Amino acid sequence: MKHSILAGIIAAATLVGWPRAQQPPQPPPTTQQPSEIGATIGSEGGGPPRLAVPDFIALSTDAETVAIAKILGQVLWDDLNFEHEFAFIPRDVYASIPKATSLVDVPFDRWRELNADGLVVGTVQKVDTGVKVEVRLFDVRSRRSVFGKEYSGGAAANPRRYAHMVSDDLHLTQRALHGVAQTRLTFASDRDGERMKNTVQKRDVKEIYIADYDGERQTRVTVNGTLNVFPRWSPDGRSIAYTSYGKGTPQILISNIFQATREEVTRGNDENWLAAWSPDGTKLCIASPREGHGYTNLYVLNRDGSGLRKLTSHPSINTSPTWSPSGTQIAFSSDRTGNPQVYVIGADGVGQAQRITTSESYADKPTWSPAPYNEIAYTARTGPGNDVKVIDMATREVRQLTFGEGSNESPAFAPNGRHIAFTSTRAGKKQIFTIARTGKDLKQLTRSGNNEHPDWSAK
Amino acid sequence: MMVRRIAVILTAAALATAVACHKKAPPVARPAPPPPTSSTAPATPPAPPEPMREPTSVPAEPVRDDAIASASLDDLNRNSPLKPVFYELDSSEVSPAGQKVLDENATVLKRYSAWAITIEGHCDERGTAEYNLALGERRAVAARAYLVAQGISADRLRIVSYGKEFPFDPGHDESAFAKNRRAHFVITAK
Repeated sequence: MKHSILAGIIAAATLVGWPRAQQPPQPPPTTQQPSEIGATIGSEGGGPPRLAVPDFIALSTDAETVAIAKILGQVLWDDLNFEHEFAFIPRDVYASIPKATSLVDVPFDRWRELNADGLVVGTVQKVDTGVKVEVRLFDVRSRRSVFGKEYSGGAAANPRRYAHMVSDDLHLTQRALHGVAQTRLTFASDRDGERMKNTVQKRDVKEIYIADYDGERQTRVTVNGTLNVFPRWSPDGRSIAYTSYGKGTPQILISNIFQATREEVTRGNDENWLAAWSPDGTKLCIASPREGHGYTNLYVLNRDGSGLRKLTSHPSINTSPTWSPSGTQIAFSSDRTGNPQVYVIGADGVGQAQRITTSESYADKPTWSPAPYNEIAYTARTGPGNDVKVIDMATREVRQLTFGEGSNESPAFAPNGRHIAFTSTRAGKKQIFTIARTGKDLKQLTRSGNNEHPDWSAK
Repeated sequence: MMVRRIAVILTAAALATAVACHKKAPPVARPAPPPPTSSTAPATPPAPPEPMREPTSVPAEPVRDDAIASASLDDLNRNSPLKPVFYELDSSEVSPAGQKVLDENATVLKRYSAWAITIEGHCDERGTAEYNLALGERRAVAARAYLVAQGISADRLRIVSYGKEFPFDPGHDESAFAKNRRAHFVITAK
């Protein structure tokens, strides 16, 4: 698992010039104490370890390196703070401590006075290939290095990515947690203000965008000049399937975002919507009203469009598919009893669909959480608008994450199950927000135009 | 129609200028709008009618007929003879008022038998984006089924659902919602 993640990082870095993690970590030239890699820092009193994350040390004095050092410290702080696995010594007291100029002159006594358990010390250096970043996590009491790693690559243009890699490495090694700092969001946006052609109505084009998990680096993916909606990341994070009206009829397309190539999954005169990837990335589940009569049912097909089979057969609307993490079940919404409710059916389509939501007047867009949680988040009608709720699949207990601040819908889980992205109108137009699965830590990620239909990458 | 309206505006503007000159106000020079060019409409106002002649055997509504037959697809869709059908919240049932609209639309479609139509299904923002795709589809299907029952060939009636992606009224109140829950008719060929 670890090797496949590393291989993925290296493959991605080769293709797009992202920073590359190099292992094994190089020991620093000299240390005050022998370093011990692979240990974890603890805390006094059992709470989360208290970390200090000062700005990184610029080993060269040029403006670019100094700027990168500052960004790295700030982004790493934000990344670590996102998961609440550490407590933090407030940054405003750091000024009282003499700044380290290298990895060897760390004033541990002073950090200890501030009650820090751990101290992150990072250096930034310009090298021939771009930038080299070296990071150590010191146990302040023992003065030992419990984590050390060197990162280098040609991506000086995106120092944030170094910090994201460091954060994920610290969470994994120190807290056995898969952080999401390197993951991305995708969503549909009308921010470009382009108008649909071939219509007399004023209709805004919607294009597919991607952004880092923290909303930074928002980048347009599609250039279709049409309605592109409901993007979904492939499990390997290298492709996005979405619904596009480019030929007048909605069809499922796949953009391979690192190759800038596009595939047609469906084509023809039938409408097809709302692609959901199987966890192994080989299949898609889609909704289509192709049988007529106003019935919509689910179909499963291979990602090249072959092997189409009907998953549900009910004279009603059956839509909004999401796969269980194991790939053996599919949750969806159906209005077979009136307004839509969430159901689950085997991915082979055999057997009766089982109704999941029983206390909602209207429930749609289920999204199945990753392990270790077994939850389904969904959109529920709660009044004039909608709210995001989560149902525990074991206990069937429901908890509500939003409470009528604007209308809230289209939840999507982060790959570690601890966060949810969704669309909300609470700030005016439709914008993408993230929130912790506990309902805390609301954060607005988009501000330009309308942004909706978020999905969170697995990697 | 348009040409005549422009002519009237130009005449009014000329009169206003003349009056202004008479009052010794400084003349205002404005570039005249370019003459409208159209392959189907004359660039000058039509001659006044000859009052002495008896109106004999005028075909029914010749002007309207010609206007529709000669208009471009965009002009037709801008002021469409095919009216939208509106629906209740969460519903795709065609109301009696909707049936009346569809009866009239069927009459137009029978008269212009070469027209091909796309029926767009639309929803208001209260439903979810995902479910609304299927609900909009059902609304468009309901409108098409009614027209087919009136004798319109299904081959002429393509369907597409936009869910709540393209609201007609961007407002967030019931009057906007009511306009956005509709089957909308677009003439795509004539």
